[in-house]
Amino acid sequence: MSEDILQVKDLHVAYHTPRGPVRAVEGVSFTLKPGERFGLVGESGSGKSTMGLAILRLIKPPGRIESGEIILAGKKLLELTDQQMRRVRLAEVAMVAQGAMNSLNPVMLVRDQLADGLLDHGIRPSERELNRRIAELLEWVGLRPQVAGMYPHELSGGMKQRVVIAMAISLRPKVIIADEPTSALDVVVQRQIMETLRRVQADLGAAVILIGHDMGLMAQFVNRLGVMYAGKLVEVAPVRDIFHEPLHPYSQGLIASLPSLEEKAVFQGMGGLPPSLLNKPRGCPFHPRCPFVMDRCKTDVPAPRAARPNRWVACHLY
Amino acid sequence: MTALLEAQEVTKIFGGGLLHKRRTVALENFSLAIDNHPPSITAIVGESGSGKTTAARLLLGLTRPTRGTVRYAGKDIWSMPAREWRTFRRDVQVIFQDPYEVYNPFYKVDHVLETPVAKYQLAPTRAAGRALIEETLAKVGLRPEETLGRFPHQLSGGQRQRVMVARALLLKPRLIIADEPVSMVDASLRATILDSLRKLTRELNVSVVYITHDLTTAYQISENIIVLYRGSVAEAGEVGLVVKQPKHPYTQLLVSSIPRPDPDHTWEMEQGASEVGRQADTSVACRFADRCPFAMAICLEKPPPLFQTDQHRAAACYLYQEAPVLATEQMDAVFVVPTA
Repeated sequence: MSEDILQVKDLHVAYHTPRGPVRAVEGVSFTLKPGERFGLVGESGSGKSTMGLAILRLIKPPGRIESGEIILAGKKLLELTDQQMRRVRLAEVAMVAQGAMNSLNPVMLVRDQLADGLLDHGIRPSERELNRRIAELLEWVGLRPQVAGMYPHELSGGMKQRVVIAMAISLRPKVIIADEPTSALDVVVQRQIMETLRRVQADLGAAVILIGHDMGLMAQFVNRLGVMYAGKLVEVAPVRDIFHEPLHPYSQGLIASLPSLEEKAVFQGMGGLPPSLLNKPRGCPFHPRCPFVMDRCKTDVPAPRAARPNRWVACHLY
Repeated sequence: MTALLEAQEVTKIFGGGLLHKRRTVALENFSLAIDNHPPSITAIVGESGSGKTTAARLLLGLTRPTRGTVRYAGKDIWSMPAREWRTFRRDVQVIFQDPYEVYNPFYKVDHVLETPVAKYQLAPTRAAGRALIEETLAKVGLRPEETLGRFPHQLSGGQRQRVMVARALLLKPRLIIADEPVSMVDASLRATILDSLRKLTRELNVSVVYITHDLTTAYQISENIIVLYRGSVAEAGEVGLVVKQPKHPYTQLLVSSIPRPDPDHTWEMEQGASEVGRQADTSVACRFADRCPFAMAICLEKPPPLFQTDQHRAAACYLYQEAPVLATEQMDAVFVVPTA
């Protein structure tokens, strides 16, 4: 077993609103091996995007990382100064954000936007060397070198998303956080972008955290999956195990509600509604919707337990 | 026999005027006839730019066709008297994609339900109207006491979309056009909403045109499917045939690109068709020719007609030119009629 590249320990993130603190992430812990593809799946409001931002220390007020530890390649990120953290971003951990293709500067050439990251990290290559590196990056993500001389509006959505991936890998990070990287793209393009991401990730040996709600994408892309519910990680398991034998009742409901292309079946919708993070239920946050609810679920928060080898679940059933 | 709602050889072209010289053919020669006895669900599937929303707007009478006619109960909706237009508007209801945008945030949720009751005089008294609203909410699985009297932001996306289903049902429509009704709703609620849509429409004798980009849910709830590509029909027919054994190379590409929620059934690593094709001259060629791995000379010469490859399916592709040609206005001939 190789050393963990990323460790997240008991992380708490809250947004302080006039109506009280919204505990978006509550005691999340997980680890990541080099080169591993880890998925964080959850519904809107489950805290999955907040997790991604927290690892990059990009939580903005009124949000705040309350406590916990994030250790990236031996560095305790929460103890770094802002200056030091700036250098870690892109160089060691990079993000492909949701709708990132719309974050490209419309009046800047692709080339200059790609160069920006390098220059900001103190890399000052010669003009020729810079052009060579940019052409190489573009080729890596499956774009022609001529794209360097284009503006974002000249590119399709898929091409823009490739440019964003090229930016993210420009300094060969150890961890790439991809938050719904294909949410605005058509399925055909989505598949190509995910395959590109997988290829560059494997070439780099970088670990990826894929954040999203699409269980299909997770099944296609990740090795290991974490299921988030109401700010908590409720189950973590190798992706095959979780699809074949989901342990947490929420994971079970999530998988049962997936429409299949194999057979027409009765839909198994999940009853109830996700809780408001302002006013979470006591005990296990899933208990109001849980078909197996017991008395203690209403009062005691279940602790994560290693219910099977290599996997754990936070549920009183186990 | 006249169909309930019928689009005949409808074409919609945007631009092309003095100011917008570039013409965009959003939908070309589209024909579809829908009945509600027995009630059926027909899916119109396509990616962005396929013309599926244009098709919905044409069927709803929100967009006027450039060519062709849309008929309701046999009459052209664009030349019918105001009275009949009102009936058409009541009988053909819509559910839009975004359960956030359709609400006015200053009004309580009640407003979107009370307005149709008042406008179409669905109930003789206020109390009866209220009872009707509560009854309809219960049908879509909402508790009236937890829904009424609230503002839109106090409801979740799934609840809001269910209120929209209730609003459509309130008018006792004969047809519902649902444009991506669940694409903004979380997965765990998606199934519930689609299931209630399917059950209710069957119970109440309402047909549904389900517009979506999602082949999986289309397969689950509809009987027949139309796959659109850049404004024209690529393949149409019984949903199981089209989704499980697609004939048109575009449908094949689409089906193979679906991220299946099954780690044992993964995308083959081989590259699919190219992402952005050359801008082919769509007036003469098959619109998929520039991305198609099987493109032949004839594909660049003239657009393919529909070939009826099976009893219940037609594909617009020269790979099947041995099969009999099916006129576009007879496309529904391949559809299955659901058993009541």
